[in-house]
Amino acid sequence: MADSATNTPTSQVSRVVADDSEVARVLTRMAHQILEANHGAENLVLLGIPTRGVQLAKRLAALIESIEQHPVRQGELDITMYRDDLRANPTRNPARTSIPGSIDNSTVVLVDDVLFSARTIGAAFDALRDLGRPKAVRLAVLVDRGHHELPVAADHVGRTIHTAADERVAVLVTELDGRDAITITRTAQLGGQA
Amino acid sequence: MSLLITGAKLADGTSTDLYVTDSGVLGDPSDAPGAAQRIDAAGLLALPGLVDMHTHLRQPGREDAETVDTGTAAAARGGFTCVHAMANLTPVTDTAEAAEYVQSLGERDGHCQVRVVGAVTKGLGGKDLAELGRMASSAANVRVFSDDGKCVDDSLVMRRALTYVKSFNGVVAQHSQDPRLAGPGACCHESEWSGRLGLPGWPSQAESVIVARDVQLAELTDSRIHVCHVSTAESVEVIRWAKKRGIKVTAEVTPHHLLLDTPLVAGYDTTFKVNPPLRTSEHLEAVREALADGTIDMIGTDHAPHARQDKDHPFDVALPGMLGLEQALAVVLEVMVNTGRLDWPTVAERMSYAPARLGQVGEQGRELVVGEPANLVLVDPSARATVDANQSRSRSRNNPYHGRELPDPVVTTIWRGKVTYQR
Amino acid sequence: MRHLLSCADLDLATATAILDLAEEMQQVQSRPVKKLPALRGRTIVNIFFEDSTRTRTSFEIAGKWLSADTINVSAKGSSVSKGESLRDTMLTLDAMGVDAFVIRHGSSGAAAQVASWVKAQVVNAGDGQHEHPTQALLDAYTMRQHFRLMGNDGFAGKKIAIVGDLLHSRVVRSNVLLQQVLGGEVVLVAPPTLVPTGVETWGCEVTGDLDSVIEEADIVMMLRVQRERMAGGFFPTEREYTESFGLTPERLAKLKNSAGICHPGPMNRGVEISSAAADAANSLVLDQVAAGVAIRMSVLYHLLGSNEGAAK
Repeated sequence: MADSATNTPTSQVSRVVADDSEVARVLTRMAHQILEANHGAENLVLLGIPTRGVQLAKRLAALIESIEQHPVRQGELDITMYRDDLRANPTRNPARTSIPGSIDNSTVVLVDDVLFSARTIGAAFDALRDLGRPKAVRLAVLVDRGHHELPVAADHVGRTIHTAADERVAVLVTELDGRDAITITRTAQLGGQA
Repeated sequence: MSLLITGAKLADGTSTDLYVTDSGVLGDPSDAPGAAQRIDAAGLLALPGLVDMHTHLRQPGREDAETVDTGTAAAARGGFTCVHAMANLTPVTDTAEAAEYVQSLGERDGHCQVRVVGAVTKGLGGKDLAELGRMASSAANVRVFSDDGKCVDDSLVMRRALTYVKSFNGVVAQHSQDPRLAGPGACCHESEWSGRLGLPGWPSQAESVIVARDVQLAELTDSRIHVCHVSTAESVEVIRWAKKRGIKVTAEVTPHHLLLDTPLVAGYDTTFKVNPPLRTSEHLEAVREALADGTIDMIGTDHAPHARQDKDHPFDVALPGMLGLEQALAVVLEVMVNTGRLDWPTVAERMSYAPARLGQVGEQGRELVVGEPANLVLVDPSARATVDANQSRSRSRNNPYHGRELPDPVVTTIWRGKVTYQR
Repeated sequence: MRHLLSCADLDLATATAILDLAEEMQQVQSRPVKKLPALRGRTIVNIFFEDSTRTRTSFEIAGKWLSADTINVSAKGSSVSKGESLRDTMLTLDAMGVDAFVIRHGSSGAAAQVASWVKAQVVNAGDGQHEHPTQALLDAYTMRQHFRLMGNDGFAGKKIAIVGDLLHSRVVRSNVLLQQVLGGEVVLVAPPTLVPTGVETWGCEVTGDLDSVIEEADIVMMLRVQRERMAGGFFPTEREYTESFGLTPERLAKLKNSAGICHPGPMNRGVEISSAAADAANSLVLDQVAAGVAIRMSVLYHLLGSNEGAAK
């Protein structure tokens, strides 16, 4: 998973780069972009990557439904067991994977909060392969902060933020954090993140 | 080489010098030649050499676990000048020839006196009497008979054995274990612990029902019975009753049944597997009390060396038994003396005089006075050390006290005038 | 987690995490590719000194679905008869670079002993009459699903009656310990000869009267009665046992509608459990079997998913 707000050290000073209304505008734009790229909501499956990707996928699905007046399939794809750094870390409790029906011949849009090393997305491709064969897979992220370690580019990006490696980008969502925001925390102590 | 031990204290508290002559007896210190080697024993206690009623030397048969050489070296390290070698050897000590062979091994390799215990029944089979009389009249001069490791559970066989040994003033030393109440798999004191650990239970009554039967058979036959390794409060009660009644019964307790309790087996460490099993605190308390008031007459170590490969099995399969010679006095000191339950004259009684009388070992368990054999141990009651199984003189390493901080009292052991252990 | 030897090793968080993940793992069984890469490159040796096709197979499948290399070693009747000690047998295999042992042994404590000897991680798949933690976990998993289905979530306040040979059962010890963590109320029911010493310290009610608990039980778990126990004089006849301790059609009728019936298997139909009960709509016996693989996947993941449980 990308940076998460819960890991933000409280002693560090955070800078808000997008507040709740800004996040709402960004998500609305992304919903339109996804629809445009897919030529409508037909055959679309939004899969959020836990933890905050799931909330964002739900928001996007709701936005798409309100725009198109057409239900969109939406689910959760946990990639814990596909991580390439699984063993190096303490035991992680995998989150839920919930796929709304078959993904065969659908257009799957993976939704995550922050694109950083891109290893999460690499693991998500492996996980998807075990679940079926989509017609196409696209990637939607709220923040692309660069420093990718795999040849992955997002199809739909909410905000591109140029960051230093020792900065931490966090996406906050109301459902889990009490508010919507994108924050950056600078810390010398934090090294490279996943 | 003669020895002059100066400034030692006797068990009764009096200070004395002890002169050990070349011929291995105690002489008048004023006769000691100037060339005699001197041992400064100021602050040390001199006790008569300890006598163990119950030792497994494993030779012949399992020389990989222990030999007469290594076992008696461990005995000397523990302050013993005499051990009784149990009969469960290969071949079993059930003939005069077997007894004389063990006796000869003791004479050849022993670092202390080795007295032979003969089997009660052939091959420890519990059915037919071994050659009790021939063993008694052999050069080994056997007086103690035991199927130890197995119980003589047939009441009629036991009656016959008691009657028979009486004719040459022998004694049957019984391993009290009802084989139905505590079968071959029984390996944990039947208690909350056996229930939780899922280990077959060994109820304390499996011991006391046999003790109760045996003391009554001793009464019936007017013979002598010795109860090996008393481990339960119920057995103590029965023995107390029998003694009050005038029945000729003696009893021993092992060091481990005085100190170690059932919870030690919770980790399934087979070092703590022993038969009878380690009991719970109320039983420990009962045997301590009995040792203090004389209901239990003596310490018997039940020193039972086992090779590693016989212990590295599941708990219910591993061989039972633990080492005991080297730490016996340490445990008695810790549990009985340092707690004020036993004074030094009584320690000498329980660990030297009483077992020597029972085994009818004339040269052991004697007062440390001029003219007596020079079998003695010098003791430092205040020394302590952490037990290291790998420092043992025994060939085996199944030492249940490993890693435990205990008194380390034995400084010097002298047997027949020779130093057999010197710290 | 370094080893799973006893349910006493589990705290509420860990036990719950294992049950939760098992739900995810059960979904994997309906996927087109029933395989997760979590344990790729790990080697798990299932060493069974005692036969158990059911347990061994479910551990094997669990390991394979997590992409581990699983190897079965049938060690029945080996070691002691060959003169090799258990320690030597295990150290030999350990030296081959095994990551985990799943061990079943007829002697209580064998798994704990092995864990003290080897570098690999150890899962106790049943040791003598001591414990069988993964069985208790799959029992809890099955019960939890059942409670949820009955619209009454959680273990708190639930009455779980475990009936039969408590003395020789490793299942009962693990279940009692696990329910102490999860919060279910265990009632033990057995003939007096098959009650373990010290059971009063286990923190659960013990009775010899099945009829006094049958009506309020949320789960009745019937333990297998082995015929050799009869020869051992623990009870007189099968008929007498069934009459007092069997889940007969009469007792089945007295159960609450929401009650579930469990049995760790294999069943002695007509002895401790009637066919009517074994095949009843509220019988969870097959759910228990189905949960076996998912629970074992979850346990293996919790042990081997991270390097933190490996020997340092």
